[in-house]
Amino acid sequence: MGDSHLNPLEYDFIGARERAETKRKSAGEKLTSLEDAVARVKDGDHVSVGGCLFSRTPMALMREILRHRRRGLTLSRNLTCHEGEMFMAAGAVSRVVTAWMSIGLPWGVSKILRHYVESGAVALEEWSHLALGLRFRAGAMGVPFLPALTMLGSDLVGVGGLKTVQDPYTGETLAAVPALFPDVAVLHVHRADRFGNCQIDGYPHMDADIARAATTVLVTTEEIISEEETRRYPDRTVIPGFVVDALVHVPFGSFPHECYALYEADYDHFAEYTAAIDARGPSAVGEYLERYVYGPPAWSDYLDLFGGERLALQAKRAKELTR
Amino acid sequence: MTERFNASELLAVIAARQLHDDTTVFAGVGVPLLAAALAKRRHAPRLTMVIEGGIIGPQIAPGRLPVSTNEMRAGHRATMLPGITDAFLFAQRGFVDVGFMGGAQIDQYGNINTSVLGADYWKPKVRLPGSGGANDIASLCREVIIVTAHEKRRFVERVDFVTSPAWLRGDGSRRAAGLRFGGVSRVVTTLGILGFDPDSKRMRIEATHPGVSTDTVRQNTGFSLLEAPRVEVTEPPSDDELAMLRALDPERRFLGT
Repeated sequence: MGDSHLNPLEYDFIGARERAETKRKSAGEKLTSLEDAVARVKDGDHVSVGGCLFSRTPMALMREILRHRRRGLTLSRNLTCHEGEMFMAAGAVSRVVTAWMSIGLPWGVSKILRHYVESGAVALEEWSHLALGLRFRAGAMGVPFLPALTMLGSDLVGVGGLKTVQDPYTGETLAAVPALFPDVAVLHVHRADRFGNCQIDGYPHMDADIARAATTVLVTTEEIISEEETRRYPDRTVIPGFVVDALVHVPFGSFPHECYALYEADYDHFAEYTAAIDARGPSAVGEYLERYVYGPPAWSDYLDLFGGERLALQAKRAKELTR
Repeated sequence: MTERFNASELLAVIAARQLHDDTTVFAGVGVPLLAAALAKRRHAPRLTMVIEGGIIGPQIAPGRLPVSTNEMRAGHRATMLPGITDAFLFAQRGFVDVGFMGGAQIDQYGNINTSVLGADYWKPKVRLPGSGGANDIASLCREVIIVTAHEKRRFVERVDFVTSPAWLRGDGSRRAAGLRFGGVSRVVTTLGILGFDPDSKRMRIEATHPGVSTDTVRQNTGFSLLEAPRVEVTEPPSDDELAMLRALDPERRFLGT
C-alpha cells in the first residue's frame, strides 16, 4: 500500500485559528455574481463541497469553478456524485477525499471513478462516512482531532493515515480523527439574507460544519430573504453571515441534483449521462462538459438546456414527497 | 427453492424476520431497507429505522423507494432529520440495535470489502464505490446482519481490503483493535443463514433454505465453512409476506424480475 496522502495543513488547528482571527468577519453585504465568488478559488486549493451525493450539491458554484479552469484541486465530500466525475474528467482535481463515489445504486459502479482512480490519475482518499463527518466537525470546533469509536481495525486506517489515541481516563484505544480545515467551502442553501445568514430545510448534511471549518465560504441560495425575516426566525439560521465571504442568488442551483422540498433529482438526466458513458467511454464526460459547463455562459443558459417543463416536473415531485 | 419468489424476495423476507419489535435498525438502501420496511409493516410496528442520510423514523412510501440514503424519498414522513454525522453518533452512543448491510466481498470472519480489488489501494485493479457508512455501521451498531447473494466470488477466504470490520482475524482481534462493541452476528444469504463460531469467530452454517443442502452452501463458498451443532431449515416466505413486500416495490426497482 502506498503512503498516506494526509496533508498536515488539513489538521493544523493553530494555522486555521490564525486565519479565522485575521478574516474580515463582516455583517455587511455579501451578494455578488458566480464569477466574482469563484474568483476566490485558487489552483491547488482544498475545496469542501456541501450537500451529499445528489442532494443539495452546489452545482452552480462547481460549474463556475470548472469554467475558471482551476487545476490541482482537492475535493472533499462525504458521498461524491457526478459532479466529482466532471472534476476528474476536466483535469481539475488530483485528489478526492470521500467515503463513497458513484451516482447511486441503480446506475452501478461509476466508470469514471474506475477510469481515473485505477490509472492512478486521481488519488481517492477514503474515510468512513462518520469519520469524514467528524473531520469537518473537528474543523468546525477548532480542535486538531476528535476521539471516536469508528474506523478502527479496518484497512481504511492506513489509507487516510488515521492515528489512534489512548484515552487518558479509561486507557481504552480510540480513533483520533483528524480535523479537516479546507481552504474553500462551496455550499447551496434554501434561503439567505444579503448579509449571508443562511437557512437550510430538510437534510442538514455537513454544511454548517464545513462552513465553520473552511477559510473561505462561498454560498448560493435558492431564495433571498429580507433581514427582517432572518430576525423573525433566527432559530432557522445555521450559518451566520460573518463566516460567509460571497453569496449568490441561484434558483435551481443544485440541478439536476435535488434541493429538499423544492425539486427532486432528475433521474432521467443521470440515465442519459451514464448511457453516453456506456456507449462512448470516459470521453462522453468531455462532451458533457462542453455542452453543460463550458458552452452555456450563464446559469440560466444552463437551465435552458433542461427546459422549464423538466424543472417544473421535479418541483412537483418534490412537493409530493415532502408534504 | 420453488418459483413462488425470486432471490431478492427471499433475502428481503428472511432478513425482515431477523428484526424485532421495540428496537432500532440502521438500514442501507436496497434490500436491507425493503426488509426493514417489511418488518415494520408486518411484525415490528415499534421498530425505528435510522438511515445514513441523517434520517430517523421514515415511513417509506410504497412505490417511492429511495435509491440513495440522502434523497428526500428516504426521509418521507420521518420523525427527525438530525444530519449524517449525528445519525451515526446515535449508533456510537449505543442506540442502534441492528446494522443491516449488503456486501461486495466477504471473508470467513465476516469482514467486508467495498473499496478495491487488487493489492495496491492507490492503483487498484477495480475501484469500487467505497465504505459510505458501511464501516461505521460495522463498527458501531450493537449487532450487524449482512444481507447478500450467496456466490463463490463474493465469499472469499481473505478480502483484498477490509472496508468494514467484523471479527478481523478472529480470536480477540476486533477487541484488540479498539472495537469495544458489536460485530457481525449473521449473514443472511440466498442459500441460508450463516453465523460465527463463538470462539474462533469463523463463519458457520446455521440454517439452510428449504431444498438447499449444506453441500450446496459449501460449493458456493470460497473457504471452508464450519457447521452449527444443529443446522435448521428456514420457513419459506409466506404469501402474506410476499404480498406485503411486493406492495412496497411495485416497480420492482430492488426486487428485480
